[in-house]
Amino acid sequence: MALPTASRVRRQLPTSPWLFAAPGLLIIGAFILYPFVSTVVNAFTDRRTLIPGEFVGLDNFRELLNDDMFWIGLRNSTLYVLGVVPALVILPLLLALLVQKNIPGITFFRSAFYTPVVASIVVVGLIWVWLLDERGLVNSLLETIGVGRVGFLSDQWLLLLSAMAVTVWKGLGYYMIVYLAALANVPRELHEAAAVDGAGAVRRFLTVTVPAVRSTMVLVGALSSVAAFKVFSEVYLMAGPSGGPAGEDTTLVMLVQRTGTGLTGRVGYASAISVVVFVVTVALMLLVLRADRRDES
Amino acid sequence: MSVMEKVRPTVPAPAREPRVTDEHGRRIRVWELALRYLLLLGVLALTVGPFLWQLSTSLKGPTEDIFSSPPKLLPGDPTLHNYERVADTIPVWDYALNSLKVATANVVTNCVGAALAGYALARLRYRGRRAATLAFILAMLVPVEGIIIAQFTTMRELGLNNTLVGVVLPGSISALNVLLMRNAFLNLPYEIEEAAYVDGANVWQRFLRIALPSVKGTVAVVAIFAFMGAWDDFLWPLIVLSDPSRFTLTIGLNYLHGTFANDERLVAAGTIIAVAPLIALFACLQRYFFRGVGEGAVKG
Repeated sequence: MALPTASRVRRQLPTSPWLFAAPGLLIIGAFILYPFVSTVVNAFTDRRTLIPGEFVGLDNFRELLNDDMFWIGLRNSTLYVLGVVPALVILPLLLALLVQKNIPGITFFRSAFYTPVVASIVVVGLIWVWLLDERGLVNSLLETIGVGRVGFLSDQWLLLLSAMAVTVWKGLGYYMIVYLAALANVPRELHEAAAVDGAGAVRRFLTVTVPAVRSTMVLVGALSSVAAFKVFSEVYLMAGPSGGPAGEDTTLVMLVQRTGTGLTGRVGYASAISVVVFVVTVALMLLVLRADRRDES
Repeated sequence: MSVMEKVRPTVPAPAREPRVTDEHGRRIRVWELALRYLLLLGVLALTVGPFLWQLSTSLKGPTEDIFSSPPKLLPGDPTLHNYERVADTIPVWDYALNSLKVATANVVTNCVGAALAGYALARLRYRGRRAATLAFILAMLVPVEGIIIAQFTTMRELGLNNTLVGVVLPGSISALNVLLMRNAFLNLPYEIEEAAYVDGANVWQRFLRIALPSVKGTVAVVAIFAFMGAWDDFLWPLIVLSDPSRFTLTIGLNYLHGTFANDERLVAAGTIIAVAPLIALFACLQRYFFRGVGEGAVKG
Protein backbone atom coordinates (compact mmCIF):
# COMPACT_ATOMS: atom_id res chain seq x y z
CA MET A 1 0.00 0.00 0.00
CA ALA A 2 2.79 2.38 0.91
CA LEU A 3 4.63 2.09 -2.37
CA PRO A 4 1.94 3.10 -4.87
CA THR A 5 0.85 6.04 -2.72
CA ALA A 6 4.38 7.29 -2.42
CA SER A 7 4.81 7.19 -6.16
CA ARG A 8 1.51 9.01 -6.56
CA VAL A 9 2.79 11.76 -4.30
CA ARG A 10 5.96 12.01 -6.33
CA ARG A 11 4.00 12.18 -9.53
CA GLN A 12 1.98 15.13 -8.25
CA LEU A 13 4.89 17.13 -6.96
CA PRO A 14 6.32 18.69 -10.12
CA THR A 15 3.09 20.39 -11.18
CA SER A 16 1.21 21.23 -8.02
CA PRO A 17 3.66 23.72 -6.46
CA TRP A 18 3.21 25.98 -9.43
CA LEU A 19 -0.54 25.47 -9.27
CA PHE A 20 -0.40 26.70 -5.67
CA ALA A 21 1.70 29.76 -6.44
CA ALA A 22 0.17 30.57 -9.83
CA PRO A 23 -2.79 32.77 -8.80
CA GLY A 24 -0.60 34.92 -6.57
CA LEU A 25 2.19 35.22 -9.13
CA LEU A 26 -0.30 36.05 -11.86
CA ILE A 27 -1.91 38.86 -9.87
CA ILE A 28 1.28 40.51 -8.64
CA GLY A 29 2.87 40.02 -12.06
CA ALA A 30 0.02 41.57 -14.02
CA PHE A 31 -1.04 44.31 -11.58
CA ILE A 32 2.09 45.23 -9.58
CA LEU A 33 5.34 44.23 -11.29
CA TYR A 34 4.25 44.81 -14.90
CA PRO A 35 2.74 48.26 -14.11
CA PHE A 36 5.92 49.13 -12.23
CA VAL A 37 8.11 48.31 -15.23
CA SER A 38 5.70 50.00 -17.61
CA THR A 39 5.68 53.14 -15.42
CA VAL A 40 9.45 53.37 -15.70
CA VAL A 41 9.31 52.75 -19.47
CA ASN A 42 6.46 55.22 -20.01
CA ALA A 43 8.41 57.92 -18.21
CA PHE A 44 10.62 58.14 -21.31
CA THR A 45 7.70 58.42 -23.76
CA ASP A 46 5.05 61.01 -24.58
CA ARG A 47 2.28 58.43 -24.17
CA ARG A 48 -1.25 59.70 -23.55
CA THR A 49 -4.38 57.86 -22.46
CA LEU A 50 -5.54 57.25 -26.03
CA ILE A 51 -2.24 57.69 -27.90
CA PRO A 52 0.54 55.06 -27.57
CA GLY A 53 3.26 57.73 -27.89
CA GLU A 54 6.93 57.55 -28.79
CA PHE A 55 10.28 57.43 -27.04
CA VAL A 56 11.30 60.98 -26.14
CA GLY A 57 14.38 60.36 -24.01
CA LEU A 58 14.68 62.68 -21.02
CA ASP A 59 12.19 65.26 -22.33
CA ASN A 60 9.69 64.58 -19.55
CA PHE A 61 12.31 65.06 -16.89
CA ARG A 62 13.56 68.24 -18.54
CA GLU A 63 9.99 69.53 -18.55
CA LEU A 64 9.65 68.65 -14.85
CA LEU A 65 12.53 70.98 -13.99
CA ASN A 66 10.61 73.91 -15.48
CA ASP A 67 7.18 72.90 -14.17
CA ASP A 68 6.20 75.09 -11.21
CA MET A 69 3.47 72.65 -10.20
CA PHE A 70 6.05 69.85 -9.92
CA TRP A 71 8.18 71.93 -7.55
CA ILE A 72 5.11 72.83 -5.51
CA GLY A 73 4.27 69.11 -5.28
CA LEU A 74 7.81 68.17 -4.32
CA ARG A 75 7.90 70.94 -1.72
CA ASN A 76 4.59 69.93 -0.16
CA SER A 77 5.36 66.19 -0.08
CA THR A 78 8.74 66.94 1.51
CA LEU A 79 7.21 69.31 4.07
CA TYR A 80 4.70 66.57 4.82
CA VAL A 81 7.51 64.17 5.73
CA LEU A 82 9.25 66.80 7.88
CA GLY A 83 6.02 67.70 9.68
CA VAL A 84 4.43 64.30 10.15
CA VAL A 85 7.32 61.93 10.87
CA PRO A 86 8.68 63.46 14.12
CA ALA A 87 5.14 63.62 15.49
CA LEU A 88 4.42 60.01 14.52
CA VAL A 89 7.68 58.75 16.01
CA ILE A 90 7.26 60.50 19.38
CA LEU A 91 3.54 60.96 20.16
CA PRO A 92 2.52 57.28 19.78
CA LEU A 93 5.41 56.29 22.06
CA LEU A 94 4.12 58.64 24.77
CA LEU A 95 0.63 57.31 24.18
CA ALA A 96 1.88 53.72 24.48
CA LEU A 97 3.49 54.58 27.83
CA LEU A 98 0.17 56.07 28.93
CA VAL A 99 -1.83 52.93 28.12
CA GLN A 100 0.87 50.42 29.07
CA LYS A 101 -0.06 50.00 32.73
CA ASN A 102 -2.91 47.61 33.35
CA ILE A 103 -5.18 49.95 35.26
CA PRO A 104 -8.97 49.35 35.24
CA GLY A 105 -10.62 50.18 31.93
CA ILE A 106 -7.34 50.40 30.05
CA THR A 107 -8.41 47.97 27.28
CA PHE A 108 -11.34 50.28 26.56
CA PHE A 109 -8.99 53.24 26.17
CA ARG A 110 -6.59 51.29 23.95
CA SER A 111 -9.42 50.27 21.64
CA ALA A 112 -10.93 53.76 21.60
CA PHE A 113 -7.57 55.29 20.64
CA TYR A 114 -7.38 52.84 17.74
CA THR A 115 -10.77 53.84 16.26
CA PRO A 116 -9.38 56.47 13.81
CA VAL A 117 -7.17 53.76 12.28
CA VAL A 118 -10.20 51.64 11.44
CA ALA A 119 -12.12 54.45 9.75
CA SER A 120 -11.65 55.15 6.06
CA ILE A 121 -9.45 58.12 5.22
CA VAL A 122 -12.46 59.57 3.38
CA VAL A 123 -14.56 59.46 6.53
CA VAL A 124 -11.71 60.92 8.57
CA GLY A 125 -11.05 63.64 6.01
CA LEU A 126 -14.71 64.67 5.83
CA ILE A 127 -15.08 64.66 9.62
CA TRP A 128 -12.17 67.09 9.91
CA VAL A 129 -13.36 69.22 6.99
CA TRP A 130 -16.52 69.80 9.01
CA LEU A 131 -14.68 70.24 12.34
CA LEU A 132 -12.28 72.82 10.86
CA ASP A 133 -14.91 74.56 8.73
CA GLU A 134 -15.20 78.34 9.00
CA ARG A 135 -18.39 77.74 11.00
CA GLY A 136 -17.42 74.31 12.42
CA LEU A 137 -16.88 73.07 15.96
CA VAL A 138 -13.25 74.12 16.36
CA ASN A 139 -13.98 77.66 15.26
CA SER A 140 -17.08 77.84 17.46
CA LEU A 141 -14.94 76.84 20.42
CA LEU A 142 -12.21 79.31 19.47
CA GLU A 143 -14.77 82.07 19.22
CA THR A 144 -16.34 81.11 22.54
CA ILE A 145 -13.01 81.45 24.34
CA GLY A 146 -12.38 84.75 22.57
CA VAL A 147 -9.65 83.77 20.09
CA GLY A 148 -11.79 84.40 17.05
CA ARG A 149 -12.28 82.29 13.94
CA VAL A 150 -9.33 80.86 12.01
CA GLY A 151 -9.38 79.99 8.30
CA PHE A 152 -7.93 76.50 8.65
CA LEU A 153 -9.18 75.42 5.23
CA SER A 154 -8.70 78.65 3.29
CA ASP A 155 -5.08 79.57 4.00
CA GLN A 156 -2.51 77.64 1.98
CA TRP A 157 -0.17 76.89 4.90
CA LEU A 158 -2.84 76.30 7.53
CA LEU A 159 -4.46 73.83 5.13
CA LEU A 160 -1.26 71.84 4.76
CA LEU A 161 -0.70 71.94 8.52
CA SER A 162 -4.30 70.82 9.18
CA ALA A 163 -3.88 67.91 6.76
CA MET A 164 -0.69 66.89 8.57
CA ALA A 165 -2.52 67.02 11.88
CA VAL A 166 -5.21 64.74 10.44
CA THR A 167 -2.57 62.27 9.21
CA VAL A 168 -1.00 62.21 12.68
CA TRP A 169 -4.44 61.87 14.30
CA LYS A 170 -5.27 58.86 12.14
CA GLY A 171 -1.88 57.18 12.59
CA LEU A 172 -1.50 57.59 16.38
CA GLY A 173 -3.38 54.44 17.35
CA TYR A 174 -1.62 52.24 14.82
CA TYR A 175 1.90 53.15 15.95
CA MET A 176 0.76 53.07 19.60
CA ILE A 177 0.09 49.34 19.17
CA VAL A 178 3.48 48.89 17.46
CA TYR A 179 5.18 50.58 20.41
CA LEU A 180 3.16 48.63 22.99
CA ALA A 181 4.59 45.38 21.61
CA ALA A 182 8.12 46.83 21.83
CA LEU A 183 7.61 48.18 25.37
CA ALA A 184 6.48 44.78 26.58
CA ASN A 185 10.03 43.56 25.91
CA VAL A 186 11.78 46.25 27.96
CA PRO A 187 13.15 44.52 31.08
CA ARG A 188 11.63 45.93 34.23
CA GLU A 189 14.94 45.62 36.09
CA LEU A 190 16.37 48.46 33.99
CA HIS A 191 13.65 50.85 35.18
CA GLU A 192 14.06 49.76 38.77
CA ALA A 193 17.82 50.13 38.71
CA ALA A 194 17.43 53.63 37.25
CA ALA A 195 14.81 54.51 39.86
CA VAL A 196 17.09 53.31 42.67
CA ASP A 197 19.81 55.52 41.23
CA GLY A 198 17.42 58.44 41.67
CA ALA A 199 16.52 59.02 38.04
CA GLY A 200 13.23 60.87 37.58
CA ALA A 201 10.50 59.89 35.13
CA VAL A 202 11.86 62.06 32.31
CA ARG A 203 15.39 60.85 32.86
CA ARG A 204 14.24 57.20 32.92
CA PHE A 205 12.31 57.77 29.69
CA LEU A 206 15.42 59.12 27.96
CA THR A 207 17.99 56.70 29.36
CA VAL A 208 15.99 53.47 29.62
CA THR A 209 12.86 53.54 27.44
CA VAL A 210 14.18 55.34 24.37
CA PRO A 211 17.31 53.18 23.93
CA ALA A 212 15.26 50.04 24.47
CA VAL A 213 12.69 50.87 21.75
CA ARG A 214 15.15 52.60 19.43
CA SER A 215 14.89 50.01 16.66
CA THR A 216 11.09 50.33 16.77
CA MET A 217 11.43 54.10 16.50
CA VAL A 218 13.54 53.62 13.38
CA LEU A 219 10.92 51.24 11.95
CA VAL A 220 8.14 53.75 12.67
CA GLY A 221 10.25 56.51 11.16
CA ALA A 222 10.83 54.50 7.99
CA LEU A 223 7.19 53.42 7.60
CA SER A 224 5.74 56.85 8.33
CA SER A 225 8.18 58.81 6.18
CA VAL A 226 7.48 56.67 3.11
CA ALA A 227 3.74 56.94 3.73
CA ALA A 228 3.95 60.70 4.34
CA PHE A 229 5.82 61.38 1.11
CA LYS A 230 3.09 59.55 -0.85
CA VAL A 231 0.27 61.50 0.83
CA PHE A 232 -2.84 61.91 -1.32
CA SER A 233 -6.23 61.46 0.32
CA GLU A 234 -6.01 63.85 3.26
CA VAL A 235 -4.92 66.79 1.13
CA TYR A 236 -7.23 65.86 -1.76
CA LEU A 237 -10.25 65.82 0.57
CA MET A 238 -9.38 68.88 2.63
CA ALA A 239 -7.94 71.14 -0.10
CA GLY A 240 -10.10 69.78 -2.94
CA PRO A 241 -9.09 68.05 -6.19
CA SER A 242 -7.28 71.15 -7.46
CA GLY A 243 -5.12 71.41 -4.34
CA GLY A 244 -6.30 74.46 -2.43
CA PRO A 245 -5.83 78.14 -3.32
CA ALA A 246 -4.05 78.35 -6.72
CA GLY A 247 -3.13 74.67 -6.40
CA GLU A 248 -0.51 75.60 -3.79
CA ASP A 249 -1.36 72.56 -1.66
CA THR A 250 -0.89 69.99 -4.42
CA THR A 251 1.24 66.98 -3.44
CA LEU A 252 3.25 64.82 -5.84
CA VAL A 253 0.78 61.92 -5.87
CA MET A 254 -2.09 64.38 -6.40
CA LEU A 255 -0.17 65.68 -9.40
CA VAL A 256 0.29 62.14 -10.73
CA GLN A 257 -3.45 61.52 -10.39
CA ARG A 258 -4.39 64.85 -11.96
CA THR A 259 -1.90 64.62 -14.84
CA GLY A 260 -2.30 60.97 -15.76
CA THR A 261 -6.05 60.31 -15.63
CA GLY A 262 -8.92 61.28 -17.89
CA LEU A 263 -9.18 60.98 -21.66
CA THR A 264 -6.42 63.53 -22.24
CA GLY A 265 -4.22 62.16 -19.46
CA ARG A 266 -0.49 62.56 -20.05
CA VAL A 267 0.57 59.03 -19.07
CA GLY A 268 4.23 59.59 -19.97
CA TYR A 269 4.59 62.81 -17.97
CA ALA A 270 2.69 61.39 -14.98
CA SER A 271 5.00 58.36 -15.08
CA ALA A 272 8.03 60.64 -14.91
CA ILE A 273 6.60 62.18 -11.71
CA SER A 274 6.00 58.64 -10.41
CA VAL A 275 9.65 57.79 -11.03
CA VAL A 276 10.60 60.76 -8.86
CA VAL A 277 8.28 59.36 -6.18
CA PHE A 278 10.03 55.94 -6.42
CA VAL A 279 13.49 57.46 -6.18
CA VAL A 280 12.65 59.63 -3.18
CA THR A 281 10.88 56.74 -1.45
CA VAL A 282 13.93 54.49 -1.79
CA ALA A 283 16.22 57.36 -0.71
CA LEU A 284 14.09 57.96 2.41
CA MET A 285 14.30 54.29 3.37
CA LEU A 286 18.08 54.25 2.91
CA LEU A 287 18.45 57.52 4.82
CA VAL A 288 16.51 56.23 7.83
CA LEU A 289 18.31 52.89 7.85
CA ARG A 290 21.66 54.62 7.56
CA ALA A 291 20.88 57.00 10.41
CA ASP A 292 20.05 53.88 12.41
CA ARG A 293 23.40 52.24 11.67
CA ARG A 294 25.33 55.40 12.49
CA ASP A 295 23.56 55.68 15.84
CA GLU A 296 24.48 52.15 16.70
CA SER A 297 28.21 52.51 16.13
CA MET B 1 -19.98 41.76 53.42
CA SER B 2 -19.64 39.47 50.45
CA VAL B 3 -21.62 41.91 48.36
CA MET B 4 -19.24 44.67 49.37
CA GLU B 5 -16.31 42.54 48.28
CA LYS B 6 -17.85 42.01 44.89
CA VAL B 7 -18.75 45.63 44.37
CA ARG B 8 -15.32 46.90 45.30
CA PRO B 9 -13.54 46.52 41.96
CA THR B 10 -15.99 48.83 40.25
CA VAL B 11 -16.06 51.74 42.70
CA PRO B 12 -14.13 54.88 41.71
CA ALA B 13 -10.38 54.96 41.85
CA PRO B 14 -9.50 56.57 45.22
CA ALA B 15 -11.39 54.02 47.32
CA ARG B 16 -9.71 51.16 45.50
CA GLU B 17 -6.29 52.75 45.48
CA PRO B 18 -4.35 50.21 47.54
CA ARG B 19 -5.40 47.48 45.12
CA VAL B 20 -4.46 49.17 41.90
CA THR B 21 -1.21 47.79 40.64
CA ASP B 22 0.75 48.06 37.45
CA GLU B 23 1.69 45.19 35.17
CA HIS B 24 4.47 44.17 37.56
CA GLY B 25 2.21 44.03 40.60
CA ARG B 26 3.48 47.24 42.13
CA ARG B 27 1.16 49.81 43.63
CA ILE B 28 0.36 53.02 41.78
CA ARG B 29 0.01 56.21 43.80
CA VAL B 30 -3.35 58.01 43.87
CA TRP B 31 -2.20 61.26 42.30
CA GLU B 32 -0.40 59.40 39.57
CA LEU B 33 -3.50 57.34 38.85
CA ALA B 34 -5.68 60.45 38.78
CA LEU B 35 -3.25 62.13 36.39
CA ARG B 36 -3.25 59.06 34.16
CA TYR B 37 -7.04 58.96 33.94
CA LEU B 38 -7.14 62.68 33.30
CA LEU B 39 -4.71 62.28 30.38
CA LEU B 40 -6.56 59.21 29.12
CA LEU B 41 -9.85 61.11 29.12
CA GLY B 42 -8.19 64.00 27.31
CA VAL B 43 -6.89 61.74 24.55
CA LEU B 44 -10.25 59.98 24.45
CA ALA B 45 -11.97 63.29 23.76
CA LEU B 46 -9.51 64.00 20.96
CA THR B 47 -9.73 60.59 19.27
CA VAL B 48 -13.37 59.62 19.69
CA GLY B 49 -14.83 63.12 20.07
CA PRO B 50 -14.74 63.93 16.34
CA PHE B 51 -16.75 60.78 15.52
CA LEU B 52 -19.34 61.68 18.16
CA TRP B 53 -19.60 65.23 16.85
CA GLN B 54 -20.23 63.82 13.38
CA LEU B 55 -22.89 61.48 14.79
CA SER B 56 -24.47 64.39 16.65
CA THR B 57 -24.50 66.54 13.50
CA SER B 58 -26.12 63.75 11.51
CA LEU B 59 -28.96 63.53 14.04
CA LYS B 60 -29.77 67.25 14.10
CA GLY B 61 -32.95 68.30 12.34
CA PRO B 62 -33.23 70.89 9.55
CA THR B 63 -34.40 73.63 11.90
CA GLU B 64 -31.67 73.15 14.46
CA ASP B 65 -28.70 75.52 14.31
CA ILE B 66 -25.56 73.44 13.74
CA PHE B 67 -23.27 76.48 13.59
CA SER B 68 -24.04 77.96 17.01
CA SER B 69 -21.32 79.43 19.18
CA PRO B 70 -20.87 78.15 21.83
CA PRO B 71 -21.57 74.85 20.06
CA LYS B 72 -24.46 72.60 21.02
CA LEU B 73 -22.92 69.20 21.53
CA LEU B 74 -26.13 67.16 21.60
CA PRO B 75 -29.00 67.28 19.11
CA GLY B 76 -31.99 69.01 20.70
CA ASP B 77 -34.49 66.83 18.86
CA PRO B 78 -32.69 63.76 17.42
CA THR B 79 -34.03 62.59 14.06
CA LEU B 80 -33.07 60.09 11.36
CA HIS B 81 -34.32 62.51 8.74
CA ASN B 82 -30.81 63.11 7.33
CA TYR B 83 -30.30 59.40 6.71
CA GLU B 84 -33.45 59.32 4.58
CA ARG B 85 -32.32 62.44 2.76
CA VAL B 86 -28.86 61.07 1.98
CA ALA B 87 -30.52 58.02 0.39
CA ASP B 88 -32.65 60.35 -1.72
CA THR B 89 -29.62 62.34 -2.83
CA ILE B 90 -27.20 59.57 -3.75
CA PRO B 91 -27.91 55.79 -4.02
CA VAL B 92 -26.09 55.30 -0.74
CA TRP B 93 -27.38 51.77 -0.14
CA ASP B 94 -26.25 50.67 -3.63
CA TYR B 95 -22.86 52.17 -2.87
CA ALA B 96 -22.76 50.32 0.43
CA LEU B 97 -23.64 47.11 -1.41
CA ASN B 98 -20.85 47.77 -3.93
CA SER B 99 -18.40 48.31 -1.08
CA LEU B 100 -19.60 45.10 0.56
CA LYS B 101 -19.14 43.16 -2.70
CA VAL B 102 -15.65 44.55 -3.24
CA ALA B 103 -14.62 43.92 0.37
CA THR B 104 -16.02 40.37 0.42
CA ALA B 105 -14.35 39.47 -2.86
CA ASN B 106 -11.10 40.91 -1.55
CA VAL B 107 -11.33 38.76 1.59
CA VAL B 108 -11.98 35.55 -0.37
CA THR B 109 -9.25 36.08 -2.99
CA ASN B 110 -6.68 37.17 -0.43
CA CYS B 111 -7.35 34.31 1.98
CA VAL B 112 -7.37 31.62 -0.71
CA GLY B 113 -4.63 33.06 -2.92
CA ALA B 114 -2.27 34.03 -0.10
CA ALA B 115 -2.70 30.69 1.71
CA LEU B 116 -1.98 28.72 -1.47
CA ALA B 117 1.02 30.81 -2.50
CA GLY B 118 2.33 31.05 1.05
CA TYR B 119 2.20 27.26 1.34
CA ALA B 120 4.02 26.87 -1.97
CA LEU B 121 6.77 29.23 -0.81
CA ALA B 122 7.13 27.68 2.64
CA ARG B 123 6.69 23.97 2.12
CA LEU B 124 6.90 22.76 -1.44
CA ARG B 125 10.12 21.95 -3.22
CA TYR B 126 10.48 22.93 -6.84
CA ARG B 127 12.75 24.79 -9.19
CA GLY B 128 12.30 28.53 -9.10
CA ARG B 129 10.99 28.74 -5.55
CA ARG B 130 13.56 31.37 -4.63
CA ALA B 131 12.67 33.42 -7.69
CA ALA B 132 8.99 33.23 -6.75
CA THR B 133 9.74 34.39 -3.19
CA LEU B 134 11.81 37.26 -4.55
CA ALA B 135 8.96 38.28 -6.86
CA PHE B 136 6.61 38.62 -3.88
CA ILE B 137 9.19 40.56 -1.85
CA LEU B 138 9.77 42.98 -4.74
CA ALA B 139 6.02 43.39 -5.25
CA MET B 140 5.64 44.25 -1.58
CA LEU B 141 8.20 47.04 -1.90
CA VAL B 142 6.59 48.72 -4.94
CA PRO B 143 4.82 51.90 -3.79
CA VAL B 144 1.28 51.46 -5.12
CA GLU B 145 0.67 55.22 -5.34
CA GLY B 146 3.41 55.41 -7.96
CA ILE B 147 1.97 52.83 -10.34
CA ILE B 148 -1.72 53.76 -10.37
CA ILE B 149 -1.59 55.29 -13.84
CA ALA B 150 0.00 52.15 -15.31
CA GLN B 151 -2.50 50.00 -13.40
CA PHE B 152 -5.28 52.08 -14.88
CA THR B 153 -3.86 51.68 -18.40
CA THR B 154 -3.64 47.92 -17.83
CA MET B 155 -7.27 47.86 -16.69
CA ARG B 156 -8.33 49.78 -19.78
CA GLU B 157 -6.53 47.29 -21.99
CA LEU B 158 -8.36 44.46 -20.23
CA GLY B 159 -11.65 46.35 -20.60
CA LEU B 160 -12.13 46.24 -16.83
CA ASN B 161 -12.01 49.95 -16.02
CA ASN B 162 -15.22 51.22 -14.48
CA THR B 163 -16.12 47.76 -13.11
CA LEU B 164 -16.05 46.39 -9.58
CA VAL B 165 -13.82 43.53 -10.81
CA GLY B 166 -11.33 46.20 -11.85
CA VAL B 167 -11.50 47.68 -8.34
CA VAL B 168 -10.72 44.33 -6.71
CA LEU B 169 -8.11 42.81 -9.04
CA PRO B 170 -4.88 44.74 -8.28
CA GLY B 171 -5.07 44.02 -4.55
CA SER B 172 -6.84 40.68 -4.82
CA ILE B 173 -3.75 38.74 -3.69
CA SER B 174 -1.41 41.11 -1.91
CA ALA B 175 2.27 40.23 -1.67
CA LEU B 176 2.33 41.20 2.01
CA ASN B 177 -0.41 38.65 2.76
CA VAL B 178 1.42 35.94 0.82
CA LEU B 179 4.57 36.57 2.84
CA LEU B 180 2.57 36.63 6.11
CA MET B 181 1.10 33.23 5.24
CA ARG B 182 4.55 31.93 4.25
CA ASN B 183 5.94 32.89 7.65
CA ALA B 184 2.99 31.29 9.41
CA PHE B 185 3.54 28.01 7.55
CA LEU B 186 7.31 28.14 8.17
CA ASN B 187 6.65 28.41 11.90
CA LEU B 188 4.73 25.12 11.96
CA PRO B 189 6.68 22.02 12.97
CA TYR B 190 7.48 20.06 9.84
CA GLU B 191 7.28 16.62 11.47
CA ILE B 192 3.50 16.27 11.34
CA GLU B 193 3.37 16.94 7.63
CA GLU B 194 6.28 14.60 7.11
CA ALA B 195 4.42 11.87 8.93
CA ALA B 196 1.35 12.51 6.79
CA TYR B 197 3.52 12.39 3.70
CA VAL B 198 4.92 9.02 4.73
CA ASP B 199 1.35 7.82 5.34
CA GLY B 200 0.54 8.69 1.76
CA ALA B 201 -1.30 12.00 2.15
CA ASN B 202 -0.95 14.00 -1.06
CA VAL B 203 -0.09 17.65 -1.19
CA TRP B 204 -3.70 18.88 -1.15
CA GLN B 205 -4.53 16.69 1.83
CA ARG B 206 -1.50 17.93 3.73
CA PHE B 207 -2.37 21.53 2.90
CA LEU B 208 -6.10 21.37 3.67
CA ARG B 209 -6.17 18.96 6.61
CA ILE B 210 -2.93 19.66 8.43
CA ALA B 211 -1.26 22.95 7.56
CA LEU B 212 -4.23 25.25 6.97
CA PRO B 213 -6.10 24.49 10.21
CA SER B 214 -2.93 25.32 12.16
CA VAL B 215 -2.65 28.86 10.79
CA LYS B 216 -6.28 29.93 11.28
CA GLY B 217 -5.17 32.95 13.31
CA THR B 218 -3.09 34.37 10.47
CA VAL B 219 -5.89 33.68 7.99
CA ALA B 220 -8.21 35.69 10.25
CA VAL B 221 -5.72 38.58 10.29
CA VAL B 222 -5.46 38.48 6.50
CA ALA B 223 -9.26 38.40 6.18
CA ILE B 224 -9.80 41.38 8.47
CA PHE B 225 -7.16 43.54 6.88
CA ALA B 226 -8.38 42.59 3.40
CA PHE B 227 -11.90 43.65 4.37
CA MET B 228 -10.81 46.89 5.97
CA GLY B 229 -8.40 47.70 3.15
CA ALA B 230 -11.03 47.27 0.45
CA TRP B 231 -13.82 48.99 2.38
CA ASP B 232 -11.64 52.01 3.19
CA ASP B 233 -9.72 52.30 -0.10
CA PHE B 234 -10.00 55.63 -1.86
CA LEU B 235 -7.31 56.43 -4.45
CA TRP B 236 -7.64 53.33 -6.66
CA PRO B 237 -11.47 53.24 -6.87
CA LEU B 238 -11.38 57.00 -7.50
CA ILE B 239 -9.23 56.38 -10.56
CA VAL B 240 -10.83 53.23 -11.93
CA LEU B 241 -14.52 54.11 -11.39
CA SER B 242 -16.01 56.97 -13.38
CA ASP B 243 -19.67 56.03 -13.65
CA PRO B 244 -21.58 57.27 -10.53
CA SER B 245 -23.89 54.25 -10.65
CA ARG B 246 -20.95 51.93 -9.87
CA PHE B 247 -19.35 53.92 -7.06
CA THR B 248 -18.25 52.38 -3.78
CA LEU B 249 -19.08 54.16 -0.52
CA THR B 250 -15.83 56.09 -0.20
CA ILE B 251 -16.06 57.43 -3.75
CA GLY B 252 -19.75 58.12 -3.26
CA LEU B 253 -18.98 60.13 -0.13
CA ASN B 254 -16.38 62.15 -1.99
CA TYR B 255 -18.98 62.78 -4.69
CA LEU B 256 -21.57 63.78 -2.09
CA HIS B 257 -19.06 66.12 -0.47
CA GLY B 258 -18.10 67.64 -3.81
CA THR B 259 -21.67 68.18 -4.96
CA PHE B 260 -23.51 69.00 -1.75
CA ALA B 261 -20.61 70.42 0.23
CA ASN B 262 -22.78 72.95 2.00
CA ASP B 263 -25.10 70.39 3.53
CA GLU B 264 -23.11 69.26 6.57
CA ARG B 265 -25.96 67.19 8.02
CA LEU B 266 -26.14 65.15 4.82
CA VAL B 267 -22.38 64.52 4.61
CA ALA B 268 -22.35 63.63 8.31
CA ALA B 269 -25.06 61.02 7.82
CA GLY B 270 -23.15 59.56 4.87
CA THR B 271 -19.89 59.27 6.80
CA ILE B 272 -21.65 57.56 9.71
CA ILE B 273 -23.12 54.99 7.28
CA ALA B 274 -19.62 54.34 5.95
CA VAL B 275 -17.84 54.07 9.28
CA ALA B 276 -20.40 52.25 11.45
CA PRO B 277 -19.88 48.72 9.97
CA LEU B 278 -16.13 48.88 10.48
CA ILE B 279 -16.38 50.16 14.03
CA ALA B 280 -18.77 47.28 14.76
CA LEU B 281 -16.35 44.79 13.16
CA PHE B 282 -13.49 46.25 15.16
CA ALA B 283 -15.45 46.07 18.40
CA CYS B 284 -16.07 42.35 17.83
CA LEU B 285 -12.63 41.31 16.56
CA GLN B 286 -10.17 43.69 18.27
CA ARG B 287 -7.70 40.92 19.04
CA TYR B 288 -7.05 40.23 15.35
CA PHE B 289 -6.80 43.91 14.48
CA PHE B 290 -4.04 44.39 17.06
CA ARG B 291 -2.30 41.17 16.07
CA GLY B 292 -2.32 42.29 12.44
CA VAL B 293 -0.57 45.55 13.36
CA GLY B 294 2.29 43.59 14.95
CA GLU B 295 2.71 41.17 12.07
CA GLY B 296 2.23 43.74 9.33
CA ALA B 297 4.58 46.32 10.82
CA VAL B 298 7.41 43.89 11.44
CA LYS B 299 7.24 42.42 7.97
CA GLY B 300 6.13 45.49 6.09
